[in-house]
This record gives sequence, structure tokens and C-alpha cells, in this order.
Amino acid sequence: MSTTETGNSSTTESAVSGLDYEETQLTLAPPGGSRSELERKRGFSEGVGLSLETKDFLSGSSDEPPISGAGEPSAAKAQVVGWPPVRSFRRNVLKSCTYVKVAVDGTPYLRKVDLEAYAGYQQLLTALEEMFSCFTARNYPNERRLVDHVNGTEYVPTYEDKDGDWMLIGDVPWK
Amino acid sequence: MTYFPEEVVEHIFDFLGSHRDRNAVSTVCKAWYHVERLSRLNVFVGNCYAIRPERVMARFPGMKSLSVKGKPHFADYNLVPYDWGGFALPWIKAAVRRSPGLEDLRLKRMVVTDDDLDLLARSFPNFRSLVLVSCEGFSTDGLAAIATYCRGLRELDLQENEVEDHGRQWLSCFHESCTSLVSLNFACLKGEVNAGVLERLVARCPNLRSLKLNRAVSVESLNEIVARAPYLVDLGTGSFAVLDCIGDKGLAVVASTCKELQELRVFPSDIYGAGATSVTEEGLVAISSGCPKLNSLLYFCYQMTNAALITVAKNCPHFTRFRLCILDPWKPDPVTNQPLDEGFGAIVRSCKNLRRLSLSGLLTDQVFLYIGLYAKCLEMLSIAFAGDSDKGMVYILKGCKNLRKLEIRDCPFGDIALLNDVAKYETMRSLWMSSCDVTLGGCKALAAKMPRLNVEIINESEGTDKLEENISDLHKVEKMYVYRTVAGPRNDAPDFVWTL
Repeated sequence: MSTTETGNSSTTESAVSGLDYEETQLTLAPPGGSRSELERKRGFSEGVGLSLETKDFLSGSSDEPPISGAGEPSAAKAQVVGWPPVRSFRRNVLKSCTYVKVAVDGTPYLRKVDLEAYAGYQQLLTALEEMFSCFTARNYPNERRLVDHVNGTEYVPTYEDKDGDWMLIGDVPWK
Repeated sequence: MTYFPEEVVEHIFDFLGSHRDRNAVSTVCKAWYHVERLSRLNVFVGNCYAIRPERVMARFPGMKSLSVKGKPHFADYNLVPYDWGGFALPWIKAAVRRSPGLEDLRLKRMVVTDDDLDLLARSFPNFRSLVLVSCEGFSTDGLAAIATYCRGLRELDLQENEVEDHGRQWLSCFHESCTSLVSLNFACLKGEVNAGVLERLVARCPNLRSLKLNRAVSVESLNEIVARAPYLVDLGTGSFAVLDCIGDKGLAVVASTCKELQELRVFPSDIYGAGATSVTEEGLVAISSGCPKLNSLLYFCYQMTNAALITVAKNCPHFTRFRLCILDPWKPDPVTNQPLDEGFGAIVRSCKNLRRLSLSGLLTDQVFLYIGLYAKCLEMLSIAFAGDSDKGMVYILKGCKNLRKLEIRDCPFGDIALLNDVAKYETMRSLWMSSCDVTLGGCKALAAKMPRLNVEIINESEGTDKLEENISDLHKVEKMYVYRTVAGPRNDAPDFVWTL
């Protein structure tokens, strides 16, 4: 596997300087299981929950970057390109499942939140507080408001969805 | 050589349904080749770059129905850059010139533009069926052209295409006099269609048997439609697919009620982490024991055991397609911590008619030994994050006599495996290898030995078109696509595709 995601020029085998790489490698192996096959597992540095060493990185065959594809920088991406093998068409369908409507009693319109955008309940609650706080603390800056300077009335853009609920424009991405 | 008059031979050939059979008889002798080519109506081209369109149409002057496939399968998972190729236009243009009697066109994984659709719509007076699968490059404007100009259209089937919505009410473009529709599928479209227009269209097409709508169609509209189309056989919103939040319990219910089930696809709902409600090996075992007719499976899960696979293999020996995707690469059997070699080995041993297989989980070279030994009917194999050495790939190439498509990503297979049996690739449609250990030198060697293969390297790094001369043969190639062809190197390859 090309290991250029790290972006560094790979060390060549001759660059070992007194360290035995075999010994210092972290490996994933079952307790008491045979190590030989599993040791050679290539790095999956983006790690979908796993962190394995990249043996290929350590014993790279040249110091120039191989002809590789754009290969996402390992640190930046949480996913490997094209894995799992689900068509983007279908991923988008799946993604749309994570938007939920939020209604707070007494507010004139509802909001939509993408549950995927939050790592946990605390973050979700904080976000919801911010979203609905404008109804209590009227100084909350909200760039989507239009103020009629003549009489001070505030306007927000809303729409009525197919359930008959009034929703604030902008929560769901345009596409 | 032929003891029968040509008409008799031709009549006999009429009974040959598959293009493979027709290909076979056309190699018997010149006379049979001649009879066969003049009488072939349905032409199938599995790789649009394997042969030039003009040559196809010169060989089959009576062609009425054409099916062409473009991009490699891994394009579905964003592994192939957007403008790699697979253009429909050369095929449509050639058909306009040489096969104006064209009636049916089916395109898969190709780039189709609105202009292409417009040309198509205006050029074939007998056109009756357009099927586009996983295509892109067109919008509702192109659909409007089809609706407008294809009088007598019987089928418009759009499956999983990326279609831009230009807001055009394309459905309204079906003329009032269009009453010939038998099958209409626009499930993949995101935009809305006018309910009244749809209802009236349905009402005036008495032969309509299959209707697949998108989600924008309301329930009220559905009621109207069903009332006006009592002969509908197939009504839906596209393909039925199960999300894994159904859980193992949900699958057990399916297993206990759907005894006739032949095909099942279970997709992951939460791709980014192990969901609490997802499916495991238990769900699959339940399905296998409850649904004996199951022959086609696509199953995403977080874990799988050898024991489960062995049970599944015993319960369902009739699998023709078995695609298992364990979402974490290299994940072993969680109970035994062993690779899943034995489990998949049991599948290939038991399922003698297996034509398509996708592997996942922790796998050593052993599984490939099994596949090479037992999977004699296998035509398509997809491998990711598997194997230990070149031996794995060699087992496959040696053993799978019917292999047509092999696609490999992130496996430790290199030049030794690639060059082990170069003639093999001429018996296959294509080979894809990405993020493996094959080097530029290895690819060059393959290209040099096999002039009738196109060895394409996809290189997406910036500025590399200038560096082509400076790159060492030892460098590993990120993406390689090899396919047999009689058309030579293609002339529409973008800058980042090098044909060696």
C-alpha cells in the first residue's frame, strides 16, 4: 500500500540507526497468538478505531514520494477514500436520516438539527440552547434577522414545510 | 462446412439467448460468423474501451439494442476521478450513422450529457427503451428532450444516476399522444414532478406495468396513480434496501416471514462508528436458515465469525452473489481472534454456482488458496485490505478459470503477482489494483508483454504530467486499471491517466 499519506520521505532500510525496528514496533496481535501474520499488517493511519504501525513507512523502498494518488493526508481525514464501499448516492440518502425537527413551546418557528454534527448530548443541548435563546435574550445577534429600522420590528425568513410547521430557513443545507 | 441453408442456421441461432452463446457460435467457422453477425439484434459491450463503436456497428448491422458499460466498478466508491472517461457520445454518434433503427439503449457508469440525450432523442425514430444506470453528466433538460422527441417510448429507467435538477418540468414534455409507456423509473431524481402531469400520464398509458417514483411524490398522488393504473405490477420508490438499524432481531423477523426471499441487501446506517443497533453474524445466520432461496446477498456489519459463515454456507448453497462487508478492515473473528479464511472457504466450497464474491475482515493468503481451489464459477472478485503476499493473488489468477473482473485495493500484492501469468488478463475483462505494491516498472513490463491490454495508471498528484520522465520504475503505483482491448490506447484519456 502506498504510504505517502504521511507526506514524509520514507526512511530507507539502511537508515536504521542502532534501533531494532522490529522490537519497537507496536503490533496488534491476539494474546498468545502467532505474531508473524498480523505483524505485517500495513498501516491504516487514519484509524477507524484501530492504530497500527506502518511497517511500510519504516522500511520504505525509496526516498522519493512514490507516484501516488492525491491520498488524503492521514491526520486530516477520519475516513479512507471509498471505504466502506457504499455509493455516495446511498450515503446521501442515509445522511438525510439524521436531521430532526426541534420545537420549543411558545416559539413561532421550529429548527432542524443534524444529529451527526454533534458528538454527544451535551453538545446538542448547548447548541439547542443557543438556537432558542434568542427568544429569551433578545440581544442575541442573529444575522438572519432583518430589522425594519422605521418601527424596530424584526423579521426572520421562514417557510411552511409539508407537515404544516413553520421552519427557519437555513438549517438544512441548500442542496 | 455448414450442412444447413443459412436461413436454417440463423433460425437455430434465434434460440440462443445470451450474447455469450452467440459469441461462441460465431467462432465455429466463417459461415457461422457471417450468419450470426447479420442476425444479432442485441449487442452487449462490457467495456466501452475494449472496442471502437464503429467496429461494433459494422459487425452487427442489424443491431436493435445496445448495452455499454463504462467506468470500472470502484468508480462507485469515488476511487476513479470525475473526468476519467466513459463517454456515451461516441457510441450514440456511431449509432446515428450506422444503426438508425436502434430501439433500445442501456448505459452503465458512463458520462451522458444533455446534448447526448438530445441527439439520441432526435435520431432514432423507432426508439423505445432507455436505461441509464449509475450514469452522470445530464440534467432534467436531457430528460425533457427524451420525453419530447421519443414518440412511442416504452421504457425510461433511471437507476442511481446523478441527475442535475434544472427545474424543468420534464415529465410534462411527454406529449398528450404518448400512450406507450410500459415502464417508468425516476426514483433517483431529487426534484419534484407535477402530480397532475404524472397522474394524467399514468392514466393514458394502458400498458404501464412498472412505475418507480421518487420521494417527492405525495401519498395523495400515489392514491390517484394506483386508481388509474390497475394493471401495475411493480410500484415503488426505487429498490428496497434494508438499513442495519433493523438489527439482528429485525432480520430474524424477515427470516421467519419472507420464505421466498432471494435477494437481500443490508446497508449500514451509521458509517462512522459502531452503532448500537446494527447487525452482526447472528442476523445473517437467521436469514440463512429462514430463507433457503436466498441467492444474492450484500451485507454490511461490524463483525463476523467463522462459525457463522460455515453455518450460512451449509444453509444456503445456492448463493450466486455473496458480498460481505465488515466495516472495520482487518477485523478478525471476535470470538476466536482468527482470520476469516475458514468462513469464506466454506462459502466457496459449498456454493458451487458462486459468480460474485466480495471479501472483508482479517484474511490471509489461505482464503485465496480456497477461492482458487473451489470457486470455479467465480466471475467477479472484490478484495480489500486482505492477504499477506503475492501468493494470494497468484492463487486467484491460477485457480479461477472463469474470472472476468478482479478488483483489489490496499493489499500486499506486487509485481511478482502481477506478472506471474500475463496471458490471464486477456481472458478477463479487467483488473483494478489500487494502493497495492505494484510498481511503475511492473506495469511497464506488463504493457510491454501484452500489446492487447491497455495498462492505465491513474495519477492524481499535482504537476506530475511534467514529471513523467523523472519517476523511477520502483515507485509504487497508486491506481492501475488493466483491460483487454482491440481498440488500442484510448484517445480521450485525461492528463492524469497514462496508458503505458
